[in-house]
This record gives sequence, C-alpha cells and structure tokens, in this order.
Amino acid sequence: MTTDVREAAGTVAGLAETFSYNYAFLDELSKKAIRRAILKGVAIPGYQVPFGSRELPIARGWGTGGLQITLSLVGPGDVVKVIDQGADDGVNAVNIRRLVERTSPGVETTADTSAATIIQTRHRIPEEPLRKDQVLVFQVPQPEPLRSVERREAETRRMHGEADYSRMWVALYEDIVQNGRVTRTAGYPVVVNGRYIMAPSPIPKWDIPRLNMAPHLSLFGAGREKRIYAVPPLTSVTPLEFEDYPFQVEQFYGQTCLRCGSDTTYLVANPTETGTLRYVCSDTAWCDAALATKGEEVRA
Amino acid sequence: MTTAQLHGNGVDASGARPGWAINVDGLTKLYGRGCHHCLETTGPARDRNVCPHCQTTVACAGVSFELRPGHTLGIVGESGSGKTTVLRCLYGDMAPTAGTARLRDFQNGATDIFEADGQERRRIRNFLLGMVYQHPRQGLNMQISAGGNVAERLLATEWRKVAAIRERAGSLLGRMEVPLMRMDDIPAHFSGGMQQRVQVAKALANGPSVVLLDEMTSGLDVSVQAGVLDLMQELQRDEGIAMVVVSHDLGVVRLLCERTLVMKNGRVVEGGVTDQILEDPHHPYTQLLVSSVN
Repeated sequence: MTTDVREAAGTVAGLAETFSYNYAFLDELSKKAIRRAILKGVAIPGYQVPFGSRELPIARGWGTGGLQITLSLVGPGDVVKVIDQGADDGVNAVNIRRLVERTSPGVETTADTSAATIIQTRHRIPEEPLRKDQVLVFQVPQPEPLRSVERREAETRRMHGEADYSRMWVALYEDIVQNGRVTRTAGYPVVVNGRYIMAPSPIPKWDIPRLNMAPHLSLFGAGREKRIYAVPPLTSVTPLEFEDYPFQVEQFYGQTCLRCGSDTTYLVANPTETGTLRYVCSDTAWCDAALATKGEEVRA
Repeated sequence: MTTAQLHGNGVDASGARPGWAINVDGLTKLYGRGCHHCLETTGPARDRNVCPHCQTTVACAGVSFELRPGHTLGIVGESGSGKTTVLRCLYGDMAPTAGTARLRDFQNGATDIFEADGQERRRIRNFLLGMVYQHPRQGLNMQISAGGNVAERLLATEWRKVAAIRERAGSLLGRMEVPLMRMDDIPAHFSGGMQQRVQVAKALANGPSVVLLDEMTSGLDVSVQAGVLDLMQELQRDEGIAMVVVSHDLGVVRLLCERTLVMKNGRVVEGGVTDQILEDPHHPYTQLLVSSVN
C-alpha cells in the first residue's frame, strides 16, 4: 500500500490530487473555526483565544500555529513570504513555503517583503515597513507572558481577567535590583491597547517599537499551546518599563552589517573560524536588496 | 458608641460620603450545598456550626459591623468560630455566600464590593485594603526579596519608578525595624518575627483605608509581639487607618481595639466597647473567655 501511494503520488502535490486534499490543506470547517478565533483576537487586542489546533504534516512546535493562520487566510492571488529568524532560506521556512505552494493553487510565494500579502515569521519583523494591506503572522512557542511568574494556567487566566499584573512587574523590579537593568531580551512583555500583557513571540526588543501603532495586522498563532491572539492595525503596543529604567532596544555599538554595510538594522553575530564575530543583517531579504541597490554582487 | 450603632446598617441612600470607613452587613459564608435548615440548626445556642441536615459548614453567618476611619475593631473567639473567614471574604480571597460590604473610598460606599466585577475587586484589594495573614507564608512570596514583596503592592497601585519604590519600601521596612541591609534578601531567610513585620510593611505600602489583621502576633515571642503592637498603635494614631484585628489573645484586643465583637460557632454573640465587654461580659461564652484569661 505504502509503495503504491508513493508511486501514485510522488509529491505532496500529487498526494493532494490523489486523495483530494482540501484547498490549503485544512478542511473548510477548521479554517472557519480558526478565522473565528482570529476575529475574536482582533476584537480583544492581546487576549489569547483558545482554538482547536489541527494536525499538520509538520510537528507541533515547528510553526504550526502560524501555519494554521496562514492556511486559513490564503486564497488565489495571495503572495506568501515565510521567514525564520529573518531568513527566507531556513529549512523550516522553506518547508512551510512549499506546503503552502503545493496545497494552495493560485498562491504565489516570494522573498520580497513588499510583494507579499501574508508574511509568516518566526522571531522577527521584516526590516521593511509593512503596509496596511499586509498581514504579519507570528509563530509563537509560548503565548503566555505570565508563565515565568505563574505556572498554573487557571491562575494566569484569572490574572489576565483581573488585570492583576503586579507579579510581572515585581519580576522586572527584582531583575533591576539584582542586575542593575532588565535582563530580558527576546520576548519582552508588552501591554497591548493599555489592557492585556502579551508575549510578542520571542521577537528581539529591537522589533517591539515597530509593533506599536503599526499599520498592518499582526496575528499570533501558538499551535502546540492552542492559542491565537492579535494586534490590530494602529493599536498601541508598549513594553513594560520603569520611568527611571526606560526600555532600550539592543545596541550594536557601531557594528555594521558585513555584507551590506547597514547600521540601521537588527544584526546577528555569527562566530567565525578564527573566533571573532561576524555581524550581518538578520533580515536576509533586506540585506540582499540593499546589496542589489548598491550594484554589488550578492555574496553568500 | 452603642451596640446598635456597632451593627452596620447605616447606609445612606442619598449618596453622601458616609462617616464609616467600612460597613459590613449580614456577611455569611457556607461551605457545602446548603439547605434551608442550615442557619436555624447551627450557632452558639446549638453549639455547632455543621448543619445536621446537609452537613454544610456554616463558617460565619449574619456578621455585621461598621468602623470609622482611625478606629480599630477587634474580633475575638475560639478557633473555628469564623473570624478568619470574615477577613478573607472582605479581602477577596473567597466569595461570601450572602451579605454586603461597603467601603467609603469605593464609590462613597454606594456599592457593595461583593457585587463588583473581578477587575474592580482586584483594584479595591490593591488600592483600598491591606491584609496581614496569620502565617507570613500566606502573605509573602518567600522567593522574592523583602523589598520586592513591598514593591508588589506599590506596583499593583501603579508606581512605576524604581527609585521611588525603593525609597518607600525602605522607609516602611525601616519603620518596621527590618534592617535596610536586608531589604534585598528573601524573607525565607528571615526569622518569623521579621517575616511578620515585612508582611505588615507590605500591607501598609499602598496607604490603604482599611487594614485586616489576622492573628498578627500569634507565633511571635512576647518581646517581638510588644514591638509589633507598639507599631500598630503608632500607625493607628498617625495614619488614620481603620483596622479589623482578629485575635484570640484578649490582651492584644484590649490594647488596640476600642470596640470588639465576640464570635462563636460562626455568629457574633456579643459586641460593643472593648472595656465594657471585658469587664462586664454578658454572654456565657464571653464570660468563659474572660474568666479563663484572668
């Protein structure tokens, strides 16, 4: 049986044809349920909406939350971009992009941020400012920002309900008392629309101000934890900060991207064989475009 | 002030600012499904608080009082008489089965705080109330610093400046005679008396209008007790806070409280001016209580 299937289908696309998979892999009722969760999330910015996370051909914890949102939104004419830590060519990003391509006829994929209608991302926001007609879909490993201070789900839900966030603030206060500054980096807690504390998926602090009053819709999907939440366009997103210890984004102390020379983007440090660090743009599409405009050859 | 005035029903319908800081009326808490026999089959006259028909525990029933700013009310009674339940209902640790409670500083006492939604209730607890539990472990997070514990209350009331929080926490702890050099240590490493004093500092941090003290001095040695009591008297005088002091120690009540309620089997059996109750107890249980001390 298995051999026959392989011979008959050959590819996922072939499988879809052979076994008539539904458009965009998920069945229509599942997509509808996910879209309803998204609508509720948009109506209550920052509130985590439970949803029935479906099985997908990739394992939970590998972007299934984001993928279910993407799949329930795509239709013919959409252009999908998938990035992993800013890179379009990460294995995870490539696989997700292929799955969307092969199960959703009429949907194009791209690496070009401005050409995309839906951008699924893991841990970054593209450097290029997004427009109001674009949707940014985050893959979220841990949707509960209070998990670090409270293990019990029932208790964190009560805390959100009553806006009882003093323990989160105490955690930041203790951090300052012990370390002289807030040492949290990725996944810095934010307040959405002046109400809910939200985990902005582990994007770097660099990207947090870029969520605030952004013109685009941001959707967050946690497949393993079965939660969807949203930041609608033009919604305030403010990091938790003290007046005398203001929030700061990552500093690069004069480092520039070794490829494109940018000093205005979020850089990642890669160790080299000689033990030194090599700083490059985390957003590869942005870096490539910057190189192209310089008329330079794209170097790997 | 007479017993009649002590029992709270003086809610002013006109919406004017009431004279009391807190007004509690008919506070009742049942554990169990409850039946229509529960209240009549329990109480001091029957000497039980478990309903024989449905085995519901009547933790407290029909507790009423009102308390003016700067005044202190004592609640005495034997173990299991419902004293702590009254405090925990007022503080919002548990929901009462029946009854109302009003605070002058919450909508001028026009609204029952038990009717408030979860978010409002949390704000009342954070901004208007303070609680000192019998055991420091209930009121403190033992794994965060003493300063952090006090800061938690301040952060809950929207203090957002670390330097100001540290100054306030430091001055409160200093007042409680907790050495400042131990402010950033965790309470798990403190002695019991010191933990209790940190708890008092925490309860007072946000300048509450009503503070609830549950067996604050039991478990402390006599000299530390005296220190904490001195402190409470000072606060009572200086800050104009209304305090409800639950204790089974009549000495504490005599020292701190102008007025006292005596509870037994979940009911208030006697209430009035503390000296009068202690000198001339009317109810047999109060007589027993007073005579067993003297």
